[in-house]
Amino acid sequence: MKLSSEEIEILRIMEENHKISVESIALMVMSSEESVRKTIKKLEDDKIIMSYPTLIDWSKVEGQENIIAMIDVKVTPKRGVGFDEVADRIARFPEVSSLYLMSGGYDLSITIEGKTMNQIATFVSEKLSTIENVISTTTHFMLKKYKHDGVIFSSGDEKDRRMVVSP
Amino acid sequence: MIEDYSRYVSETGKELKPSGIRKFFDLAASMEGVISLGVGEPDFITPWNIREAAIVSLEQGFTSYTANAGLLELRQEISAYLDKRFGVPYNPSNQIIVTIGASQGLDLAFRAILNQGDEVLIVEPAFVSYSPLVTLAGGRPIPVSTSPANGFKVTPEQIEQQITSKTKAILLCSPNNPTGSTLTKADLEGIAKVIEKHDLIVVSDEIYAELSYDEEFTSFSSIKGMYDRTILLNGFSKGFAMTGWRLGFVAAPKPLTEVMLKIHQYTTMCAPNMLQHGAIEALRNTYHEVEAMKRSYRRRRNYVVQTLNQIGLDCHVPGGAFYVFPSIRTTGLTSEQFAEELLLQEKVAVVPGNVFGESGEGYVRCSYATSMPQLQEALKRMQQFLESRKLVSKA
Ligand SMILES: Cc1ncc(COP(=O)(O)O)c(C=O)c1O
Repeated sequence: MKLSSEEIEILRIMEENHKISVESIALMVMSSEESVRKTIKKLEDDKIIMSYPTLIDWSKVEGQENIIAMIDVKVTPKRGVGFDEVADRIARFPEVSSLYLMSGGYDLSITIEGKTMNQIATFVSEKLSTIENVISTTTHFMLKKYKHDGVIFSSGDEKDRRMVVSP
Repeated sequence: MIEDYSRYVSETGKELKPSGIRKFFDLAASMEGVISLGVGEPDFITPWNIREAAIVSLEQGFTSYTANAGLLELRQEISAYLDKRFGVPYNPSNQIIVTIGASQGLDLAFRAILNQGDEVLIVEPAFVSYSPLVTLAGGRPIPVSTSPANGFKVTPEQIEQQITSKTKAILLCSPNNPTGSTLTKADLEGIAKVIEKHDLIVVSDEIYAELSYDEEFTSFSSIKGMYDRTILLNGFSKGFAMTGWRLGFVAAPKPLTEVMLKIHQYTTMCAPNMLQHGAIEALRNTYHEVEAMKRSYRRRRNYVVQTLNQIGLDCHVPGGAFYVFPSIRTTGLTSEQFAEELLLQEKVAVVPGNVFGESGEGYVRCSYATSMPQLQEALKRMQQFLESRKLVSKA
């Protein structure tokens, strides 16, 4: 879909911080609040703005740490629908947080999150590998998150080191 | 024991005025919890690929001197950049010198062209170093005042009024520090006519070239007839967020670079080797980052200008750099009083306009190279300041 430069600008601002007020966005793009509100509504209706997730580092919250695994899956494609049908089935499991069709050594890449190792093991052995057309699975557990969705997690913040006043 | 050193200190050294910025810095630095709109540099850290390239060059042992004019590879990149980006061709082997920031470029330019008593026109409000550098090179700085009536742009008439038989050169800076005002191609063409008529040299400070928001930037050297008369200064500080690297460059007709190179060779030898490797990477692979930083500044400029106008401080929309220069006349305070009281009462640092020359009196410089949340908070505090003192009569 072809968007206007103002629409793209609004998307960029909201991608950085979706909590920013409509008033501030309007000032930044030199438009009226009314018109910005309309644009956002349109972008939501067109499903260009898909949702407003909050990026949380759960590993910092005691008792809330998730176990994350990435699973490489080989699949026999089905005549007529290729990989889509089996992918669609897998995507519906709530444990699955992302799912991609890949080129290379395997077909589907799945990310799943669970509370315990046991939960993940059960998902793989009882739900995933028993699906017809799934040939094999390889499970990798994620040990530590350094960067996610463009955001660097662990590093000490690169804080403002400038002097208070400079020429 | 020597009690009085004044006998030993040079007359020029004695007469140099300390920068008004310095004075204000000392006051602001002595306080805690200050939100600063007083900085003349990007709030971004140098893009990682550039930092990484410098680290790698250190690992590989690039720790020696380079050619006086800088690494040839870097000069070639600079030449390609100037040609591709601004349409001004310079020969990397004898028309470009890598300097310690645009600052050293300015120094070289004045020292190369000025004789004792030569006059240099300086469009004010102006970057704080211009006049002292002219003085240090033996010249006489002559201010050309501009006003907000036409967005702090200098007109050919204003320039012509200050020209005497001693006038040698004029310094132009667009986009400008502190006003952010930008000269269009048509503006520059008008100025060029005066330059030609009076046979002057132009020192063109283009350090903010990458930060022009509403119009394509025009290099003075690309104006018809001006290539032969222009000493072009640019660098990595602002557009590439590399202020601390101290890297810039000067490009000029060969007879002028020859002289500048002699001075550079004796005073500086060359710019740091490993940092020049970072600069090569900057010119090769940072297009997207530079664009993204520019978009971010543009948004913030819009936000700040409109909010200042809303809270009662008249502010024109500057076309470039990262400064706004609102009028504080309605408050009845001088720019120094305004800046000082705002700092003491609300802990927001801005720079008084008079440190940039007389025509800056009645204004303050606010930099928007600061995060949105900080800008929002700073503007809220400025509004509180104005309201608490009933300094602006609400229309
Ligand atoms: C107009 C202008 N010229 C030159 C400079 C100095 O730049 P550099 O860091 O390249 O020496 C500055 C820095 O504030 C500036 O504002």
